Amino acid sequence: MLEIAIKGSKNYWLWIVFLLAVIGAGGYVYIDQFMNGLMITGMSRDVSWGFYIANFTYLVGVAAGGVMVVIPFYLHDYEKFHRITILGEFLAVGALVMCLLFIVVDLGQPIRMLNVLLYPSPKSILFYDMLVLNGYLFLNIVVGWKVLEAERNQVKPEWWTKPLVLLSIPFAIGIHTVTAYLYCGLPGRGFWLTAILAPRFLASAFAAGPAFLIILCYIIKKFTKFDPGWDAMQTLSKIVCYAIIANLFFFLCEVFVVYYSNIPGHKAHIQYLLFGYHGYTALVPWMWTSLALMGTGAVFLLIPQLRNNKTLLPVTCAMIVIGAWIDKGLGMISGGFVPSPLHHVTEYAPTGPEIIITLGVYATGFLVLTILYKLATQVKEEVHG
Amino acid sequence: MMKKERRSFLKVAGIAAIGLGASPAINFASSDSHGTAHAVKAKNEEALTAHRWGMVIDTNKITDEVVESVVEACHKSHNVPDFNHEVDEEKYPDTRPVNHKQEVKWIWEEHFHNAFPDKEDEFLAEKFHDLPFLVTCNHCKNAPCVKACPTQATFKREDGIVLMDYHRCIGCRFCMAACPYGSRSFNFRDPRPFVDETVSTFPTRTRGVVEKCNLCAERLARGEQPHCVEASEGAIVVGDLEDPESEVRALLNEHYTIRRKQSLGTEPSVYYIM
Repeated sequence: MLEIAIKGSKNYWLWIVFLLAVIGAGGYVYIDQFMNGLMITGMSRDVSWGFYIANFTYLVGVAAGGVMVVIPFYLHDYEKFHRITILGEFLAVGALVMCLLFIVVDLGQPIRMLNVLLYPSPKSILFYDMLVLNGYLFLNIVVGWKVLEAERNQVKPEWWTKPLVLLSIPFAIGIHTVTAYLYCGLPGRGFWLTAILAPRFLASAFAAGPAFLIILCYIIKKFTKFDPGWDAMQTLSKIVCYAIIANLFFFLCEVFVVYYSNIPGHKAHIQYLLFGYHGYTALVPWMWTSLALMGTGAVFLLIPQLRNNKTLLPVTCAMIVIGAWIDKGLGMISGGFVPSPLHHVTEYAPTGPEIIITLGVYATGFLVLTILYKLATQVKEEVHG
Repeated sequence: MMKKERRSFLKVAGIAAIGLGASPAINFASSDSHGTAHAVKAKNEEALTAHRWGMVIDTNKITDEVVESVVEACHKSHNVPDFNHEVDEEKYPDTRPVNHKQEVKWIWEEHFHNAFPDKEDEFLAEKFHDLPFLVTCNHCKNAPCVKACPTQATFKREDGIVLMDYHRCIGCRFCMAACPYGSRSFNFRDPRPFVDETVSTFPTRTRGVVEKCNLCAERLARGEQPHCVEASEGAIVVGDLEDPESEVRALLNEHYTIRRKQSLGTEPSVYYIM
């Protein structure tokens, strides 16, 4: 089936070359980081995780969001999702490739990473995160590939793909729950120490993932002969609507608890993010932009006329994708580290090299995604066209 | 003859283990093959031992001079890099400028409200505002860093000391997020250009690993007191918390002491006499 990927239009190849160029740039800068250490990043003793782990966290959400097409189709026989289920599964694969790469580029000693397997540590949440992330990646590759192959040969998928699909549902919930547990089980970090962190992660995942999938559907419709179907996209947009409202509601719960209880160790972080702390305000404009984007997006999705507007929908989805990215990518990680456990304020901003490496990882994920989507759409064109 | 066969078998097993990718069990066998078939644990009779090591810091005796000599004694003898140190350009050409936010420290000075952020009283006695407080790893009984480490590179000894294996650490920095005391430092860069005189009794570190205070485990094993104790002019005492006859227990009985963030349940082993 892979041979499909090497036959494509001029635009297809231009896009591939562009991605390869970005990967090359990221790789080049990564060599410097590999040789000289993480000193080239903006991370510090106080803010010891930065852009890499933030993007990792966000993309775990995008990967988990794929399950929002799997559940309706496989559990509720929702036929309209038949055409896009494979897109959700392959999106999860691309997102997970990026997640794993972000973990690797964040390590101080990447050549030792197999120590995690050599000395398995069941008390460490990172151990379980590794298990569920790799498990979910494996399930999506196998299921996506086998089901697509069956569709191409116009036969029924092998029987064992069904239990694997069903298994992938708890895994999708699992990857984001365990990723939230990385943070919310730490005693000294008031911002993360909240039982609602995992639900909040899931809500933002089920908004950002399907929203991104809608954008991808528009792109597929424009550049291929395959039509994912307007009905499916409308249903997806309703899922995004529910999820983004849940996400905003959970955030409101956080804000109420920290401000009404008025416990300094918990309040300081949200204060830093929303209003600034002791004169440090780097993230304030970002956080309000994020809230505005998610809030407006929610309103646009709530009103049927606006939600059903074919020109507005991709814009709304982009707002939600970007809003959730700022919320999770910039706020969630920095917010947890500022102020530090000793109540010092050390602000964080990614450096140029850090951003280029990040873009390189994104380009790698998009390359995987492009090839997988090329296969999926071509097979569907062949069969249905 | 028997012994020789056994040894060569173990050697083969060791090589095979490397080829296999090695499970911990096989690794164990292969490490045997380098020495005698049966490992013998040598114990120094003079070593200082405890059921649970702890530290008592008398804040009344901590002055700026004491702080300076304690920090210097600790950092020098453990090859902790000093980012203010002028780099030897001949030995380390093209060393890039430092980012002081990426510094490494094992023991250092903080204000009261930073060392004890949850005890920041509105009308705190004024003398506390200016007093220097020494902070370091608390060698917690329930250490969050030990739990967080995905490779057991950070581990807890039976005598309560939380130690690091610099050769196993993958540099994920989960322990730094887990530590509620900011006691851990990451080597964002090669620390060696910033070590003035390398001390041969303690290893230098490489870039990409985390480090922290080890309660001078290497000195206790030789029967010596930790560097900070020696340099503190009596302000710091280290001893066995579980021994009712120990000096630290006597100090805890005689004085009112506090610990950092004890409400978190980590059970720090460092006490401060107020």
